[in-house]
Amino acid sequence: MSKSPEPVLVVASATGWALAYLLLLLGLAATPLGPVFAAEPGKGFGIGRPATAEEVRAWDIDVRPDGKGLPEGSGTAAEGEAIFAEKCASCHGDFAEGLDRWTALAGGVGTLKSDNPVRTIGSYWPYLSTAYDYIYRAMPFGNAQTLKPNEVYALTAYILLMNDIIADDRFLLSNENFTSVRLPNESNFIEDNRPDTATINEGEPCMNDCRAQVEVTMRARVLGVTPDDDNKGGRKRAIE
Amino acid sequence: MRSSIAAGGALVAGSSIARAQSDTAITQVQDWARRLGKGVDATAYGQPSPYEKDVVRRHVEWLTPSVQTSVNFTPLHELDGIITPNGLCFERHHAGVAEVEPDKYRLMINGLVDKSLVFTLDDLKRFPRRNQINFLECAANTGMEWRGVQLNGCQFTHGMVHNVMYTGVPLSVLFEEAGLKTSARWVMAEGADASAMNRSLPMAKAIDDCMIAFKMNGEALRPEQGYPARLVVPGWEGSMWVKWIRRLEIGDEPWHSREETSKYTDLLTTGKSRRFTWEMDCKSVITSPSPQAPVNHKRGQTVITGLAWSGRGTIARVDVSLDGGRNWVAARIDGPSLNKSLHRFYYDFDWNGEAMLLQSRAVDSTGYIQPTKAELRQVRGTNSVYHNNSIQTWYLKKSGEVENVEIS
Repeated sequence: MSKSPEPVLVVASATGWALAYLLLLLGLAATPLGPVFAAEPGKGFGIGRPATAEEVRAWDIDVRPDGKGLPEGSGTAAEGEAIFAEKCASCHGDFAEGLDRWTALAGGVGTLKSDNPVRTIGSYWPYLSTAYDYIYRAMPFGNAQTLKPNEVYALTAYILLMNDIIADDRFLLSNENFTSVRLPNESNFIEDNRPDTATINEGEPCMNDCRAQVEVTMRARVLGVTPDDDNKGGRKRAIE
Repeated sequence: MRSSIAAGGALVAGSSIARAQSDTAITQVQDWARRLGKGVDATAYGQPSPYEKDVVRRHVEWLTPSVQTSVNFTPLHELDGIITPNGLCFERHHAGVAEVEPDKYRLMINGLVDKSLVFTLDDLKRFPRRNQINFLECAANTGMEWRGVQLNGCQFTHGMVHNVMYTGVPLSVLFEEAGLKTSARWVMAEGADASAMNRSLPMAKAIDDCMIAFKMNGEALRPEQGYPARLVVPGWEGSMWVKWIRRLEIGDEPWHSREETSKYTDLLTTGKSRRFTWEMDCKSVITSPSPQAPVNHKRGQTVITGLAWSGRGTIARVDVSLDGGRNWVAARIDGPSLNKSLHRFYYDFDWNGEAMLLQSRAVDSTGYIQPTKAELRQVRGTNSVYHNNSIQTWYLKKSGEVENVEIS
């Protein structure tokens, strides 16, 4: 499990009064809290009903890096290959390399400092749990939440194989050994350390004679990639 | 300056008035002045004038692999004030627009709570409500411009933002209902759409000013904005504003979901990446003149207008430059100055008809000064994808046409 950023506030009590007090203490209560805490402390408004265990099981599908949320199950990379060919390869390619503009899931190792970084599960993602979580909740695109846990384990194993993180297609990934697998880029994420620009310490901004002569170095019109623009063609830099 | 405009106007514009032919828009009785117009029952839900048909969201086909996981853009160049009309708020979906039936809408709270709860939409509307005007900006807004200029129009370069009044229930109220465990530090918000979008939110932010909203600008959320309910996360990147929200799980650690690891992390030149870059920093753009809103008069009195905003507070000031940042003048902020909301600024000046390099530079209530693109690149490189809040330059030509340019 990674180190998470320290929360600003630890909620010390479940009661409304304690929450309100803490908010006030920390100067977080920018908006008047009057009506918000009109309910009797600790009792709420009595709105809503308890969720049944079956309901929570149906929707509580998330998986964390420490393995919390992983369902029981397992699958091998070889099993994953067959499922991938049937349900995934039409967009992601037979080897998870990505077709057309669809996402590449493998490759790109060593490119993160280059001009054209290729961010895949192998080259970029910090945690394998994210792959399991995302495949289960959102894939295949257009037919989400149709995969069974064993299939997701198998697909995840296949992606590990395509990224050379495992070498043997008989590798069995399961809820038992899942957290023993670490992805190469895990240590390369840092917490937000903005603001990071020189101007933050400038005080009053410069108003007059702030820089020497300026010159135009780039023009969007020359690229001609804007819809309705009359100059078509040119290179395009897509967002992810 | 005003007096010189008046004097100049008398010489230049005055002579044109003397030569003008009578205007048939005045001398002839127009149809609308003679015949009856449509009755009150003609349009149950009003639409803009047909003459405003080009004021629409636009899509850039080549940006994304499919229209279901894609983005479109608010026509900022045609709008004024600070409120975005609901039908023009940009869209960003990861699996298309979920069409949630309100009778089947459910919100679940589970995890580190005393009792897991389920709410219906009617339940949510029984809680005490809060109104907030906040901007929602996509983390990728202006992201295509990191390496240089590319798209010709502020709709495309800056249009992944909208600003509406949201009405809803504070998360702190809902959490009070469920009862938080002492170990509750993080909240995972999850959508009901086919991407089941999920993001981790620190508890301090969640109970500060976040809410589940069911109204925008007074009416129900639009389907593409999360009908019937979405998360509102003031000042923070748009991807956290989970639409069609179905579940809030309380936990003691973040989840590191796909949308906070693979996406919405910011790669630096060192090969390291920032994660949890939640706040949207202070930013501004001149919306007119701009490439899609050229100057249609030759010279004389001209309105420069634009938007400024900061995820860290209000906007203290906006400066405008006509010469590419060599000299600046203070613009005038008009209308409400609200926390984590768009601000509208104006600079009224006498255009001499010469080419100009227009820029705006915002300063927020924390003292943060909006940086140039060069300053951002110096510390982040060009592959951060997200959080490009740099100063935009428009090249106003003698013809009145305007172009997206980069200067050095």
